[in-house]
Formats: sequence, structure tokens, C-alpha cells
Amino acid sequence: MMIALVLIGLSALLALGIGIQARSGHEMGLEQWTVGGRGFGAALVFLLLAGEIYTTFTFLGASGYAYGLGAPAYYILAYGTLAYIISYFMLPAVWSYARRHALVSQPDFFAKKYDSPALGVLVALVGVVALVPYLVLQFTGLGVIVQAASYGAIPKGVAVVIGATVVTLYVVISGIRGSAWTSIIKDTLIILVVLFLGIYLPLHYEGGIGAMFAAVDKAKPGFLAFAATGKSVSWFVSTVMLTALGFFMWPHSFGACYSAKNAAVFRKNAILLPLYQLVLLFVFFVGFTAALVVPGLKGAATNMALLKITVAAFPPWVVGIVGATGVLTALVPGSLILMCAATLFSRNFVAVLRPQTDEQTVKLAKLLVPVVAVIGAYFAIAGSDTIVALLLMGYSFVTQLFPALICSLLARNPVTKAGAFAGIVAGVGTVIYFTMSAETLAKLAPTWPEWLRDLNVGTVALLVNVVVMVGVSAVTARARVVEKALP
Amino acid sequence: MKRIGWLAVVPFIGMFAGPVFHNSVTPFIFGMPFILAWIVLWVLISSAVMALIYRLDPAAGETES
Repeated sequence: MMIALVLIGLSALLALGIGIQARSGHEMGLEQWTVGGRGFGAALVFLLLAGEIYTTFTFLGASGYAYGLGAPAYYILAYGTLAYIISYFMLPAVWSYARRHALVSQPDFFAKKYDSPALGVLVALVGVVALVPYLVLQFTGLGVIVQAASYGAIPKGVAVVIGATVVTLYVVISGIRGSAWTSIIKDTLIILVVLFLGIYLPLHYEGGIGAMFAAVDKAKPGFLAFAATGKSVSWFVSTVMLTALGFFMWPHSFGACYSAKNAAVFRKNAILLPLYQLVLLFVFFVGFTAALVVPGLKGAATNMALLKITVAAFPPWVVGIVGATGVLTALVPGSLILMCAATLFSRNFVAVLRPQTDEQTVKLAKLLVPVVAVIGAYFAIAGSDTIVALLLMGYSFVTQLFPALICSLLARNPVTKAGAFAGIVAGVGTVIYFTMSAETLAKLAPTWPEWLRDLNVGTVALLVNVVVMVGVSAVTARARVVEKALP
Repeated sequence: MKRIGWLAVVPFIGMFAGPVFHNSVTPFIFGMPFILAWIVLWVLISSAVMALIYRLDPAAGETES
């Protein structure tokens, strides 16, 4: 047992060491700390943008989702691919506008495009709110790893606090450069570990991948296709659309694209990133094998599926390596999210209300890092959601920024600042209503046809958002024309 | 968006067509359930489509925007 914990501890120390190394030679001003001085080439941007593919979400979340729900997990392979296709057309325009105006964060972009500091503040708030469940899921993952690697000796609460502390230290010390470099190690390790587990486990327990799927189909008929109700095909299509549109609306992903050296980087990456995420397939193999070998986990406990089968199949030192990999997959995105949430709050909320210098902004952001970490740790300990459910909640929020963003890239934007503002408020309000009341369309409208009732509520909110945005834009644009026409 | 860009709509239609028209575990393809194999196939096709667009898009290599 000790050996597993020691390996995990070493991986955290290694990441901290890299973070300290990476900052040397770079003055940590606002632009360096957050966008790496805009000097990242294709390889580093590739890794930052790919950061989301290989996080705790995929490692523990995707395997757990496959374990617990079966076919719905397939959505995770589909949405990234479609998001990268969108990025080919969207990100070069975002990048060049951001560079021209020396923008640092996502709210800057909206504020500048719509010439409205208030819209910037709203976008910052939506971003912070969406980032919280994302951070919670990284901490949940860290907690699960420490818990499993200690073979249950360290309870969940303590495990989450340890994880949150390490992430906080890491952010304060390293900034974005450390994250980019640690990403290289993280991605190498996770690909090796996932390929190994995804090939070895089905082979060892069931005699091969095909035999494993046949056994799952026999043990749980229908598990490998979509259900007729609930998480049905309609849920799949709406969820994939929601998450593909929202993929680059995350403040940290949006901000990470500013760090590119030039615009062509994104177009090249759109060809390679879909292939890069195919490794996810092997994560599914692990989850499905675990459903046969270590059945019985329910609800949030399905987050443990990958580690549980690892513990069952291997000696402690292998558990240590898998756990160490898991720590890095939570550490890198966790640090980006934390840094981003703190910077958003400091730069796009506090600084707008009470002007401050760049040094003060960085200082306040660094002070806020532990505060945000405590909030995340609290929800990770108190909550009982699966990792995938947490991410989907964040997506419902963050995708509400998409309509206003994509319209702002048009040559003649038909959306007014009031329209953008009202649309985002209406969309986010709808999501909050559904989240708080635990309502679903199926409950609200039992007479609607099945495919309508199964829609992801985030897409319903998106529809409300667009309708309000178009309506308010039409009214305010006309008002403006009338105003101009008056003498 | 240049005309060639519209080719990017194809992966969206393809990705969804499989589950919508044939939501079934069988036939197994390369040992994988049908829908999973279908999605994997469309991930590969998507990458190929983007490579094609990249080749044919005269603005693809431009570094400014």
C-alpha cells in the first residue's frame, strides 16, 4: 500500500518541480502568467487544447460512465471531434482579434466586441459559475485516486483536501508555462497507461476485446445501445451538440487559444486532435470490462470503476503508477481552471468595478486561488455526483456564451449588446431553474413525444437564449434606427 | 467561410445518422458494438475531411487570421 502512495506523492513533486523550472527566465506579469506571452507554437497549443481530452474526466469519468450507463458514454468520443471541426473556423478569428487588441481573457473579448464592459462582467460571472463544477470534478477525481491508492486508509474528505492543496500550490508557483510542460508528461503517461489497461484487462479477463463486448451484451442486453427512453438517441444528439458548441466556450480553453503564436496552428490541430482522442476508446474498454469483473458500484461510486479493477488485477506498484497518472490528469486541468477562475474574478469583475494596476490584478488573483480551491473542495466533499454529470452541468452554463460569440464574428453582427446580454441571462436562468428544481422535461411535459422529453436541458436553455437574443436585438436595433432618424 | 468549408457539415450528419437510423448493438464490427464502431469510423472520416479542407482552403496556411 505504501508504495502506491509514495509513487503518487512523487508524481505531484515532479509536477511542482517542472512548474518551478518552467517559470525561470520569464517575468511573471499578467500576460506571462496567463497567456504565456502569446509565444506558444503548434505543439504546446496542441497540448493545452488537448488538455481537456485527457483529464480526470476521461480517465475516471468516462470509464465510470461506461461502467454505470453503457452506451451514453459514447457521446464523449463524438463531441470532441465535432468541436475541433468548429474550431477550424472559429478559433483563428478569435485569436487574431484577441491579439490585435491585446486581450488576455474571455470576458475581454465580449466586452470589446460588443463595446460593453457590463457584458464582460456578465461573461466573467458565467465563466466562474461554470468552472466551479469543472473544478469540483477534478478534486473529486483526486480524492478518488488518493482514497483508492491508500486502499481505503485515507477517507474521502482528507483525500480531497490533500488534492486541493497540491493543485493550489502548483498554480501559485507555476502559471500556464508549468501546465503546458507538465501536459507533455501527463499525456505520454496517460496514453501508455490507458492503452495498456484497455488491451490487457479485456484480454486477461475475457480473452479479448470482442469477447469482452459479447460477454457484456449477454450479461446486460441492450447496455451497449441507447435506451428507448431517458438517455436515448435524442439525448445523445442534443448532448453532443451542446458540448461540441460549448467546448471552446470554457474560459480556460478560450483563453488558452490566445497563447498560440499564429492562426494556422488551429487549422492544423483540427486535423490531428480527433485522432488523438481515439485513445478514449481504450478507456471505454476498461470501463466495460470493469462492469463484468467488479460489478456493484452505483451512482457516484462508479467514479471508482477504473481504479477498482486496477486494484483487483495488479500489485500495489502498478496501482501507484496508474494513480500517479491520474494525479497528473487532475493537476494540470485543475490548475488551469483554478488560475482562470481567479484571474476572471480579479481582472474582469473586481478591476472593472474598482480600477487597479496589472500588478494588483495578479496579486489579487493569486490571493483568490486558495479561496476558489476551498469552495471547490467543499463541493467535492459534500457532493455525490458522477464526474460526467458534473461536467455536463458546467457545459449547460458555458454553452450559453456561444450564440453571442459566434454572431460577434460575423462581418455584420445583427446582435446588439442588449440582445447578447439578455440572451445569456435568459439561457443561464433557464439552466439554474432546471438545476435547482431538479426538474426535467420528462416531468414538466409528460405528454410531449419521447424525443422532445429526452433532450438535454442545456439545449432547451440554448433555444431560450437564442430566441431572447434575437428578439431583444430586433427591438433595440430598431430603437437605435429611430433614435438616429430623429433630428 | 469559403465554399469548401461547407464540407465540414458532413461529419455532423454522419456522426448522428448511425445512432438515429440504426440504434442497435449488432452487428459487431471489429469486436465493437455497432454504434461505437460507427462513431469511431466517423472520427476517422472527420479527420480526413478536415485534412481535405486544409489542403483545398487557400487561406489555411495564413498565419494572421
